[in-house]
Order: sequence, then structure tokens, then C-alpha cells
Amino acid sequence: MATLELRGITKRFPGVLANDSVDLEVSSGEILGLLGENGAGKTTLMNILYGLYSADEGEILIDGVPQSFAGPGDAIAAGIGMVHQHFMLVPVFTVTENVVLGVEPVGPGGVINIKEAKREVREISQKYGLEVDPDAIIEDIPVGIQQRVEIIKVLFRNAEFLIFDEPTAVLTPQEIEEFFGILNGLRDAGKAIIFITHKLKEVIEVSDDIAVLRRGAMAGRADPATTTEADLANLMVGRPVELVVAKGAAQPGAPVLTVADLVVLDDRDQVAVASISFDVKAGEIVGIAGVQGNGQTELVEALTGLRGVAAGTVTIGDKVVTHATPRQIHEHSVAHIPEDRQRSGLVMSFSITENMVLDGYYHEPYSRGIKMDWDQARAKAGELVEQYDVRTPGTEVAANTLSGGNQQKVIVAREFGREVRLVIAAQPTRGIDVGSIEYIHERIVEERDRGAGLLIVSTELDEVMALSDRILVMFDGKVVAEYEGGAVTAEEIGLAMAGAAP
Amino acid sequence: MTEPQTPAPDNGPDSASGSRWAAFMDDLTGVNVDWRSALLVPVLAITAALAVSVIIIVVSDIELWREFSLSALGDAIGQAGSAMWALFTGSFGSLAAVSSTLAFSAPLILAGLSVAIGFKAGLFNIGAEGQMLMGGMAAVALGITIDIPVFLNVPLAVIGAMVGGGIWGGIAGLLRARTGAHEVITTIMLNSIAGLAVIWMLSTDFFQPAGRQDPVSEDIAVSARLPRLLGFLDRTDLRVHFGIIIALIAAYAIYWLLYKSTIGFEFRAVGFNPDAAHYAGMKVTWLYVSVMALAGGLAGIAGMTQINGLLYRASPGFAAGIGFDAISLALLGRSHPAGVVAAGFLFGALRAGGLEMQVVTDVPIDLIGVIQALVVVFIAAPALIRAIFRVKTGEEIGQLTTGWGT
Repeated sequence: MATLELRGITKRFPGVLANDSVDLEVSSGEILGLLGENGAGKTTLMNILYGLYSADEGEILIDGVPQSFAGPGDAIAAGIGMVHQHFMLVPVFTVTENVVLGVEPVGPGGVINIKEAKREVREISQKYGLEVDPDAIIEDIPVGIQQRVEIIKVLFRNAEFLIFDEPTAVLTPQEIEEFFGILNGLRDAGKAIIFITHKLKEVIEVSDDIAVLRRGAMAGRADPATTTEADLANLMVGRPVELVVAKGAAQPGAPVLTVADLVVLDDRDQVAVASISFDVKAGEIVGIAGVQGNGQTELVEALTGLRGVAAGTVTIGDKVVTHATPRQIHEHSVAHIPEDRQRSGLVMSFSITENMVLDGYYHEPYSRGIKMDWDQARAKAGELVEQYDVRTPGTEVAANTLSGGNQQKVIVAREFGREVRLVIAAQPTRGIDVGSIEYIHERIVEERDRGAGLLIVSTELDEVMALSDRILVMFDGKVVAEYEGGAVTAEEIGLAMAGAAP
Repeated sequence: MTEPQTPAPDNGPDSASGSRWAAFMDDLTGVNVDWRSALLVPVLAITAALAVSVIIIVVSDIELWREFSLSALGDAIGQAGSAMWALFTGSFGSLAAVSSTLAFSAPLILAGLSVAIGFKAGLFNIGAEGQMLMGGMAAVALGITIDIPVFLNVPLAVIGAMVGGGIWGGIAGLLRARTGAHEVITTIMLNSIAGLAVIWMLSTDFFQPAGRQDPVSEDIAVSARLPRLLGFLDRTDLRVHFGIIIALIAAYAIYWLLYKSTIGFEFRAVGFNPDAAHYAGMKVTWLYVSVMALAGGLAGIAGMTQINGLLYRASPGFAAGIGFDAISLALLGRSHPAGVVAAGFLFGALRAGGLEMQVVTDVPIDLIGVIQALVVVFIAAPALIRAIFRVKTGEEIGQLTTGWGT
């Protein structure tokens, strides 16, 4: 029986106390859920544990013996394994090759003994119920299986303590269920597991013990048997949080977005969106559910002018905008919350003011001719920061100093900060904390009640179900199912997301 | 130190409309103006570079290698000392020295601005040298054919040089926008093409004076010459000309463009994050073309100051490596117009002082290249400076450009 203990871990970054005297303990045969908002210090803590950072104060003990990790190598040697949120796999290698990468069993003459490697991979996958084909190429297998490869990788290196960083973010509901089965199996096999997440439901379902971090410090522990989501949210955010989106019935008006037989190609010229037709009416929220990579990204990019349309038409109001540029779409009073806020939504080293006028800078009042009016821009930014509750020391700090939730609020503020009649929002709350999610959801409903049409694309099934008046499920580039919001279960949608036609 | 931020930080009600100068300095140094840390690294880097070059002079002393003795070592150190002194007197020691420094600075600043504006837009303009040549040749073509009053002829030369260099830079931008060909590669190639094109052009009847066989152009009209600023003193050794004024005007214009105009906002947005710029409705490919054309135009003016300010005629290599020094200079100046001006004066002083050093001592002027390179190395590696001088220099230097692959 092994025990991993963190004692009084404190880590300071310039101007930030990332971890404030954190104590944590996990033993063999236990799953510890580590819950916290973005920026609460979960990742910092785990990076310390994994040897990527060194703590300013405090110590790491394994079975009571203090450890000092100069790098991940030391942590791995001590039996700590990390399954990262973004997989570290070589897409063109086989499962076996990925597992043994860096610790290959070598025969005489330095030749890799791939047969031996394959045998070990098979052994591990049987022992822990991690079904994989050792010869499959990584890029050919689904994300859920790729995750198993990551787990096997860690087990191959003899990890006793497994850290999972937001492991469910990329999985379908069914895959999540399977993943929980694997977690339980690992626990029963005597591994100690730290499960990092910000999803309340999951942490209650799978953990044996829950630790909640808030602003770098331990906010409290909870017993999954007795705690509720509301309690946990309260611990996480430090105030009561409304978890259910409060909204009245939709009052749909005329269509604001009409998509007819739309075909869109992806970067490799493969059909990503295969002849889709739907509409979004004023005053309604249409949600698009689906596992990531089923054409949602390409659909949104096509609707917002970022990607060319191969066939079909897109109409906003009564204007055909099939081949419009992003700016023309913008000028049709369309708000677009992009899928990847750091890649497309913000210029991270720009100030909040600059980001607030990123798409409206070229017209009055922010500029006249080519002369920017920074005073006007600053005033507007200050107003929006106030109105949208962006937590920042000022409007002139760079966007990259904000937490993920506040960055997202900047985008929402910019996009909703003018009169819009259509909102296209992709993953509007991805990776942000419950407090900010609550806030952004309220704004979305507010826009609907004001009369805008909204298209919400999200891989978070809960989110789609909570917000939508109508739900479309995308699979393999097509809309495979349509439901009325509130009249469908997660299981039904989950099946459609996995491609099983209803 | 962080990348310059704009607009100026709102430090309170009084700074909202604040003085223009304060805003300018805020843009230069980032959000929280910390003069000490903003100047510390460059000053220490220059100090360290000079110290290392003293060592280089000493250890490269040929007498010392023939037969080591303490007196030879003493001589070598003395030699290094007088080289450093010559470097100083040649650049700042007299009115002529200052004038020479300013004359050298003008094209350096202009070419530095060319590279800097590329950096700001995420483009690595290695082509300032070629753009200088093309701009300069345009100025020569105008200067040998048109003779109108100086207040018309000089502006005409500026415009002509801008167009000439701008087209050359614009080609690289167009290739990047249309085909994705990386500007590092294309500008290097365009440098070679420009260099050879100049030699060819100088052998044509249009440029070559009658009776000459060597590649050299006719002299430009006197009215096309950039007026000498200290001409009223009636001394031939005061070479500072109107080019430095053009360079300073250009620096301010680029500052205004980058931080006060919608165009500059687009340039910087594309430079930091082309995806977000595209998302925000900016025409990224068109911006690549216009940035490269503007960069080429600035380098073109730099070439023009070489011709119309100093040489009065073209011969191969009249760009004199200034276009390459400009890259170091833009890095040193952190791609900010004010920084480029400061770095331009420094490099101009090194060139002026280097000449004096070569005359007074045996140290070849090539040492100047070593010093410039060392300054950039130390600037780019603030950790090194910290280790050497055991000081805290604030944050690491910001991102200068977005890698090679993007």
C-alpha cells in the first residue's frame, strides 16, 4: 500500500500565489477528485507533483519519505504518471511504438524488440481491461482509445500514482462511462488516482474523496456519498451558483439564419459538412450537439465567412451570404464566439481595450478615417468590462494576464456589446469555471429574449441540453437527429452523437 | 520588459488625455513604465559587448602570439584602449565626428524601421539590403534625368525610392500572400537578384557615363542632392545631410501608423495572431503585401539617402550591408520606432568611430560587426546579462516575431 502526500505546498509566481500551503493525500486503491475553477491552481499543483515546477515551500512524500524531483524523469521513477489533457502521442506510430517511446526494450545491437514490447502492451491491456490493438496506428483510432494508450503508457512505466488532467473533456458520454469503468478497474488493481476536473457531476460519480481548490488554497474536502453539485459549486466558487439555466419558453419569430444543402470541405479537401439544411429563428436557441470532429468546426467557420463554401446557400435575414467575408458577416449584425478563444478570439498580447475593438476598430466611434480614437475605445472597453463583470485590474492589461473565464467574458462582451440579431457561439464555455459559465449562459438567454437567434455548438452535452430550445445532433458531417429542447434524454442524444440513428 | 503595449495605460484621470510624450514613452516601455529596467539591458549589453571586444583585440594581437611577454601584453592592452578611445572620438569627439555619426545613422534608422515594421506584423524582412538597392537605383534614375529645383527634386527622389523599394518588398509580400512562400527565403533571394540587377543596370547606357566601362552611374543632378545640414559652416568634413531629418520624420510617421491608426492596429494584430486577425475581418493576405511594400519603401528611402546624401552616384554594393545591420538594429530597438532611432544612432556611431579606429590603430573596422553582433547576443539573452552583472532586469524580452514556420 503506497501513499502519496503533498504537505504545505506553496508556489508563487510574480504577483500571484498559485498554491497556498496545499495539503493533499492519496493512497493505493483510492480515487481522489481534485476540483477547482480554472486558475485555481490545480495544474500548478500537479506540475509540481510531476517535477515540472519546484515548490517554494512544502514537500512531497511517498510512503512518508520526502522526495525531490528535478524533472518529470524523477517523478516517473518515483512511480508518478500523468495522463495529460492533450495527448502526447505520435499520430503515425502504432499503439505499441507510442507506449514504449523513450523506454524501448532493446535486444542485442540496440535493435528494438518490438515483439517483446507488444507482449507487454497486451499484458497491461488485459490486466487492467484497457482494450486496444497493439498494432493500430494512433491516427486511425478514436479519441477514447487514444486515451487508453496514454494510460497504458503510464502503466508501462510502472506508475503507482496516476494523475488524470481533465480526462473527460474530449470524450463522448458513452466514452466517459467506459472511462469511469477503467478508472474503477485501476483503483481496484491498487493504483492511487488523482482525477482533475471542473465537472461536478463526474467528480461525484467516480471519486472516493473530493478535494476542492479555490484561489490556490484548499477550500475544503467533500464526501462524494453525501455532497451535492450545489455544495461543490459553492465550495469551488465561494458563493452559491445557479447550475440550472433559468429560461422561459422560446418565442420563435422569422428565421434569421437559413442554411440550405450546405457542403463544406475541411483542410484536406475532404467533405466535412455533408449537405446540411436547418434554420435558426429569431428568439430561439438552436444547439448543435456532437462529438468533436464531426464537422461542427467547419460548419461554424463556413457560416462566419472564415471558410469557403463548396455548395449550398447560407442566408442571414433575407440576404444571401454564402460567400461573404468575415467582415461582411460582422456587418450583418452577427456575433461570433469562436471555438478556440486563444487562437482566434483574442490577440493575447493585446490589451483588453484592443481586444474589445478587434473587429469593430475600423468604424466610428473607434476610428475616423485611419485615425484610431483610443479614448473612445478605452471608454467602451471600460463600460463593457464593468457590464460583463470581467475581473481585471484595468482595461490596459494584456489579455494573457486574465484567467480563461475572464478571457471568454472579454469575447462575449465584445460580441454582445453591440446590437446583434444572430449569435453563432462555438464551445462558449469550454474550459471555464462554473461561475463564468453561469454568467455566460445568462447572457445567451438574455440575447434570445431580446430577439436574437442563437446557434450554439458545443461538445458539452449538458450545456446543449440546458440552453437549447431545439437540438440538432451532428455526426459525420450530417444532422442525424433533431429534438425539441427539454423533451429528450442525454442517453438518446448520446446515442445519436455516436452515430446510432434513432 | 514586455512588448510595447498600446494604447497608453490609464493611470488615472490626468493621464487619460495625457501628454503625447508620456503616451509615446508608455508605448515604448510597456504598461508600467520602468525606465531603469527599460534601459538597463541595452546599456549593460553595450558595456558587455565593448568589454568582450577589448578582449578580442588583445588576444588577436599578432605580436602577442609571436612571442608572449608582459610588455607585449601591455602593448596589446594599450592598443585595445586606444582603439576604444578612437571609437569614441570618431563618433562623438568633435563636430565632424558627430556629423559623421548622424550621416551614418540616417540609412540605418530607415532600414531598421523597414525590418521593425515587418517584425511588428510577424514578418521577417531579410530583404532590406535588396530593397535599398532598388530604391537607390530608382533615385539614381530620377536624379540623372530630372533637374528641377531642390525643394521639388528631393521629394521626388524620396517618392521614387519608396516606389522602387516598395515594389521590391511588395513582391515578397505578394509571394507570401499568394503562394505561401516564406518571406525569409524570398527576400534573401531578392537580395541576390537586386545585387546582380544593379551591376547589370550600371552597365547599360542609361546609367553608365559615356566612355566608362566599369559599373558606375552618372552623377545625379546637384538639385537632387540631400542638402547638407551644416553646409552654412562651409566645411567639407561635415557630412550630415537632410537624410537624418527624413529618418526622424519617418520614425515618427511609423510610430503614429503603428499605434494611432487602424492600419497599424491591423499590422500588429496580424503580427501577434493572424488567426484572430482573420477572424476579426482583417484581410491577412493583403496585409502581408502592404506591410512588405511599406517595409520595402522605407528601405528604399534608406538606399536613396546613401545615393543622394553621400555618394551622388551608384556603384555596386552602395547599400554597404546597412540592410543587414538593420536586422540587428531592429532587434536591439525592440521593433519600436523610438528604439530603432536609438539603436540607429548607436550603430551609426560605431560605423563612424570604426573608421577613426581603423585609421588611428591597426584594429580593422570589421571589429564593428563583432561589437554589433555581441550587443544583439546580449540583448537577446537577458539571462546572460543578469548572470554577468548580477542584476535583476525584469521580465524576459518579449516575442520578437512569430517563428520561421508561420
